[in-house]
Amino acid sequence: MATTLDINGKAVAVKAAPETPLLWVLRDELGLTGTKFGCGMAQCGACTVHVNGDPVRSCVTPIAALSGAKIATIESLGGAHPLQQAWVKHDVPQCGYCQSGQIMSAAALLAQTPAPNDEDIDNAMSGNICRCGAYQRIRVAIKEAAGLASAPVVAAAAASDIDDEIAAASGSTGRGARQ
Amino acid sequence: MTASLDIRPADAANPAPGLSRRELVVGATLAGGALLVGCSPADLMSAGSKVKPGAFGPFIRFDPDGSVTVLSKHIEFGQGNHAGLAAIVAEELDADWSRVKVIHAPANAKLYANGAMGVQLTGGSSAISNSWDQLRKAGAGARAMFVQAAASQWNVPAGEITVKDGVLAHAASGKSAGFGPLIAAASKVAPPQNPTLKDPKAFTLVGTDRVRRKDSQAKSDGTARYTQDVRLPDMLVAVVAHPPRFGATVKSFDSEAAKKVAGVVEVYQIPTGVAVAADSTFAARMGREALKVEWDESKVEDRDSATIAAQWRDIAAGKGPSDLKWEAFDSKGDAAAAASGGGQVLEATYDFPYLAHATMEPMNCVAQVDGHKVKLTFGSQGPTLDQLAAAKIVGTLPGSVEIETLFAGGSFGRRANFQSDYVAECVQIAKKVGGGRPVKLVWTREDDMRAGYFRPLVHHAVRVRLDKDGYPATWRHRIVSQSIMKGSPMPSKGPDQTAIEGTAGSPYLKATPIVDAQVALPEAGVPVLWWRSVGATHTAFVMEHTIDQLARKAGKDPVDYRRALYAKAGAQRHLAALNLAVEKAGPAATPGWTRGVAVHESFGSVVAQVAEVKLVDGAPRVGRVVTAIDCGTAISPDQIAAQMEGGTCYGLSAALYGEITLTRGAVDQSNFDTYRVLRINEAPTVETHIVPSANPPSGVGEPGTPVIGPAVANALLAISGAPTARLPLVRSKA
Repeated sequence: MATTLDINGKAVAVKAAPETPLLWVLRDELGLTGTKFGCGMAQCGACTVHVNGDPVRSCVTPIAALSGAKIATIESLGGAHPLQQAWVKHDVPQCGYCQSGQIMSAAALLAQTPAPNDEDIDNAMSGNICRCGAYQRIRVAIKEAAGLASAPVVAAAAASDIDDEIAAASGSTGRGARQ
Repeated sequence: MTASLDIRPADAANPAPGLSRRELVVGATLAGGALLVGCSPADLMSAGSKVKPGAFGPFIRFDPDGSVTVLSKHIEFGQGNHAGLAAIVAEELDADWSRVKVIHAPANAKLYANGAMGVQLTGGSSAISNSWDQLRKAGAGARAMFVQAAASQWNVPAGEITVKDGVLAHAASGKSAGFGPLIAAASKVAPPQNPTLKDPKAFTLVGTDRVRRKDSQAKSDGTARYTQDVRLPDMLVAVVAHPPRFGATVKSFDSEAAKKVAGVVEVYQIPTGVAVAADSTFAARMGREALKVEWDESKVEDRDSATIAAQWRDIAAGKGPSDLKWEAFDSKGDAAAAASGGGQVLEATYDFPYLAHATMEPMNCVAQVDGHKVKLTFGSQGPTLDQLAAAKIVGTLPGSVEIETLFAGGSFGRRANFQSDYVAECVQIAKKVGGGRPVKLVWTREDDMRAGYFRPLVHHAVRVRLDKDGYPATWRHRIVSQSIMKGSPMPSKGPDQTAIEGTAGSPYLKATPIVDAQVALPEAGVPVLWWRSVGATHTAFVMEHTIDQLARKAGKDPVDYRRALYAKAGAQRHLAALNLAVEKAGPAATPGWTRGVAVHESFGSVVAQVAEVKLVDGAPRVGRVVTAIDCGTAISPDQIAAQMEGGTCYGLSAALYGEITLTRGAVDQSNFDTYRVLRINEAPTVETHIVPSANPPSGVGEPGTPVIGPAVANALLAISGAPTARLPLVRSKA
């Protein structure tokens, strides 16, 4: 039984059974391998895609639930999306495995909140684990892509309730404190 | 690690047909377990290899379009080593950095051995340090060949030719050319034996912010290729049912229901469990769920981790089994005096849990086996070890096992494994499948979390007596840990360094007149392995947290206390790193926050951190972390900063939350819901400052990890007065 999905603006007929998670349809059947497998239970965010613009963990989303929905993967961003440019500019990735999911979560955030504050970023991004610990640069790159590049990095990387204290105390020395 | 590989007898001694006489001799030697006289381990391991160096050596290729490709003998799994390695070549070559690419080298221990180990392996934060001389010479040698070729073609003196940004030029004649048109001529020039290297003062790329990652675009648009992404024609995906306890084997299994699952192709019993091979990952997983396996648990490790920890504490207290050997690794003066004596005495114990690496990409591998032919495509951290494991299974020479190394989604030590556990499992399945049909082994998060190869569970017991000035007069130290190196093909000489490094060599012990430091290495049936920064994961915590407790006891400022001890020990690099971190942190903590300081040397580098901590709902929150590192010559300041940022998060994650526990031998954790890791809302802001140095480069990937834990514990000590005797600091569900 074929299911038709709307993926990256194209109608795609897929053979997988309706209970199959979208992740495995994307990766194994369609060869869209930018979306990653990390945990299989919506704990790490590596498999994040957009469904009707919302960030969704594709590892726990059966395709049966996606009839008529607009699905977008990392491949849909084209490589030069402002977030991707900011990611490259700041060398955000280390191992890089989580970054497709990070960028898709960030893209959904910016689409809904064009000028996110630190709390917005925490809320939108805390479902995406990065074991390399690129969090500081992820925060900087999101702000850069949002046109907020002038914000001091130190303040940007601190938790929302401590921004001002830290910014006031730390000045602008060294890496991490750079503009 | 030691520099030689002890090649143990191969299980299979039937070498592949068609081998040369020399290869047969080598093969027989491998099977017999003895080294061939005049033949290095790297020669032996590479026997049968088809990998040959190019005209410009094994590390550099030139393309007609003028681009330069650097072959990295080291895997890139986040460390940024590819950027640094390429920059070293580009600097000496005077290449155009924007036209330099990096790829993974193939497997060949003779060409690509880690100079610190004698086998091809990425580890010990040594990628840059062991390549520094080698790649400078490679770049300078190739440059000299091009200059000579241009001199001959243009009929001008070689000494008058300049090279800049990939362009050779002769000012007087006005001639110039890129590398591309000169490749054919340059490849015929004899490579110089000792090419002239640049004066580091003349570097224009190394040490600058121009040295940036080459893989950020591919890792931001989804095109970077990992093992998980490999798709080959007719490929099977395999998922394995593993036993619930270490040491169990398959007693029997029923595959009838599994084989009925749509997409399942075959079910195989292999040494590590029962494999379900299917035409998709989801089908393989569904097949495994339908499988019924009975396990023989007669030889399992069935202790609770709490029981093991209690036994380790008993051993440290002198109540261990009589046949367990204590090994002294630092002793001076009267040992009895270190155990007794009154006055100002600190007695402290520390317990460290098992830790999982929990890489973002769970372990996986792609293998093709056709008779004696093996091809592996995956993120291979130790190609020589993986070749040896595969060769034993199919009965061939290690060098003939072909490996295409891909990016790995993290490793932190996990992918460098003497048993090549997941690699061997994949080869076993591919051998059953046969015919060269590709098999991708996929571990789920649960498989990965429960497979072991954990950072060992470790216990320390410390007794320090202070002199009349408040500094250590005697230091008694006991470490109890499973050994990582025992029984491995690369055994330590003397006590297992991976269990003691960091206590062994500590400036604080150097500064103490009477020292009695010993280690005991009891066994347990839990597989253990190095975990980013290895011994320092616990020794840095013990030494640095102990020092802060001693400073308090002596009524001294912890920074001044360290300075005095570094002066006594002659630890100038520690002192410089500490001073730089303290200076950059500024005189006062952010209002509402409390500072903790820690300093530790690992992998040749010294890292000092000033961390600001406060309690939020009773749990530690880390804000600003000022870091200073002395890593010798800095190749890529930006990637050094990235490693300090990431290493700090990795270490903080473990200090706050990391803990694998066992109940009757079964791992309690399974996924990120039960093995909590650091998330963005908990991440600190790390500022990195590099101590200027003209020394050769030293490690960067690991030294940033072990310092944050004790820095946080020291801040908590300042907040509450209570020392930390056990990690992790926070015990709650994720």
